[in-house]
Amino acid sequence: MTEISMTVNGRAARASVPDNTLLVDFLREHLRLTGTHVGCDTSQCGACVVHVNGRAVKSCTMLAASAEGAEVTTIEGLANGELHPMQAAFKENHGLQCGFCTPGMIMSATDMVARYRAAGKELTEEAIRHELEGNICRCTGYHNIVRAIQDGAAKMAAS
Amino acid sequence: MYDVTYHRAASVDDAAAKFSAASDGQLLAGGQTLLPTMKHRLAAPSDLIDLRGIADLVGVKVSGRKVTIGAMTTHAAVAENAELAKVCPAIVKLAGGIGDPAVRHQGTIGGSIANNDPAADYPAGLLALAATIHTNRREIAADEFFTGLFSTGLDEGEIITAVSFDAPETCGYAKFPNPASRYAMTGVFVSKGGGAVRVAVTGAGSDGVFRHEGLEQALSKDWSAAAVDGVKISADGLMSDIHCDAAYRANLIRAMAKRAIA
Repeated sequence: MTEISMTVNGRAARASVPDNTLLVDFLREHLRLTGTHVGCDTSQCGACVVHVNGRAVKSCTMLAASAEGAEVTTIEGLANGELHPMQAAFKENHGLQCGFCTPGMIMSATDMVARYRAAGKELTEEAIRHELEGNICRCTGYHNIVRAIQDGAAKMAAS
Repeated sequence: MYDVTYHRAASVDDAAAKFSAASDGQLLAGGQTLLPTMKHRLAAPSDLIDLRGIADLVGVKVSGRKVTIGAMTTHAAVAENAELAKVCPAIVKLAGGIGDPAVRHQGTIGGSIANNDPAADYPAGLLALAATIHTNRREIAADEFFTGLFSTGLDEGEIITAVSFDAPETCGYAKFPNPASRYAMTGVFVSKGGGAVRVAVTGAGSDGVFRHEGLEQALSKDWSAAAVDGVKISADGLMSDIHCDAAYRANLIRAMAKRAIA
């Protein structure tokens, strides 16, 4: 067992977990933050994407112990009383069908918006499609996901 | 994943000591290959020694044309480094094409070359750049480091601390990525500097990354995509798998070499 402590969605989280606990399992099973999904469990699908110290990572491919002291943000941490602009954009643009991939899509989307803004680069439609390489939607809904991210990026810039 | 005992190393020396004390230890860098391998139960180390907290191992230094990249520097950090992009844009492009954004935020250059996956990108880059691999014990030339399929010149418990190279006059990288994994079905890194041309091929050789003598000779005389057409590229020793056969890979070497120069 390993003692771990980190900040999850602004709150301190502390636990004693088996050393082989994955970050996604710590979030889901220990903290009951089940918005982060396990899709493929093989680092391909991106349903488990969360932010660790402000960067998108696949939480199924990181040990909870490696996140010691980190700031973790999950899909539950985005909304602040009302939907985050990116969440609202997914809703308005029909950026989801079954919704399973959506938390990971939104966490990847807010990450790419932040990175492109920091680098002073334009987040074009082509760039969004490239940036989504690590997120898989099996309802075949990419067109609306891309539109949602374009809209969400504009909303984030305005807010 | 089987049970494992987790350790966080405070320094390279601490990591070496913890590794020595473990019965079947394994160093953990970004974990983007090791953790999936452990989840599949294809690897079951007794102990993991996490290098993540060692600040000395992180960062890119560019001094003139001399480049040093710390072993725990992520692919994203290499891809985003503006100074490095000025002196060696191909290595920046290579790092930005590994996996996907979330993988690039975790995966590291040290972890990638220590694993020496036959379809990984960095081995081609470092071999073509004639890089030096620095460890906690010595310096190893890239030509001696990449010794075959998933094997390196590292000794048991030896820890990569950095890689360094002199940015060449010109270089380029092109890969044909597997559409699912983004690993190179074939990738070619070309570099020209100090009168020497080096061409390294990943994703194609059945014994891992290799230098292509025919391409090096032709490009030494004429650094152009047209020169690639005159080179005989044999399918001998190339991989055949469910993605494509050796003859297809031989053609990809030609196609990627041309794109890398263009």
